[in-house]
Amino acid sequence: MKVQVKYFANIKDLMGKDTEDIKDMNSITVGELWLNLTKDMDIQIKVLYAVNQVYVSKDYKLNDGDEIAFFPPVTGG
Amino acid sequence: MKIEIIDDKFDPWQSLVDYKKNELQNDPKIGASSIFLGTMRDFNEDYDVDAMHLEHYPGMTEKYLENIVQTAIKKYKLIGGLVIHRVGLLEPTDPIVLVATWSDHRDSSFSATRDIMESLKSEAPFWKKESTDKGFRWVQPVDKTESSNEIQ
Repeated sequence: MKVQVKYFANIKDLMGKDTEDIKDMNSITVGELWLNLTKDMDIQIKVLYAVNQVYVSKDYKLNDGDEIAFFPPVTGG
Repeated sequence: MKIEIIDDKFDPWQSLVDYKKNELQNDPKIGASSIFLGTMRDFNEDYDVDAMHLEHYPGMTEKYLENIVQTAIKKYKLIGGLVIHRVGLLEPTDPIVLVATWSDHRDSSFSATRDIMESLKSEAPFWKKESTDKGFRWVQPVDKTESSNEIQ
């Protein structure tokens, strides 16, 4: 299956990109995807998950075509 | 209800006049208008701040703001609700966010405006990056408004 990943704020800085497509992946949770993407990095900051523009927990199971976003706690207003 | 995310300076007072006149048609049932305006400071904690970049998640941000305002409209039986939020490059004194609600009596508009603002700060995906006298830094949420969506 294939998903689109988006990064925002300091997560974008750490990843060095704002978006990427992940292809040929097995069915996994969003938390597992985050661990895979950052397995060679030492990231100590909090991350939130959104799938198809809705907050989800790390146990959310991904589906083909999902839009996934990783970002830090929000600071608007 | 009106939600706007804009990348240029705006005049909050003119926006209020325009919304009440054009969207609410100066509804004579309105007995109370409550407004919150957030503006950019030139300091934060121990830093002098000369500029700020506000980033958002296009699509998701609008979706959450609409849901937050709709929830308040239903809960408090509001006559109108307006949220305008800046993105892009801001300078000190620039308006960041305008939240305004209109209702028949004061209690509902006071409470609704506060509810909308607190939900915006904990749910709407915006992020501030400050240009300070010690370099750039991403703003960290304070405990009171830390996202209710944190799941790690």
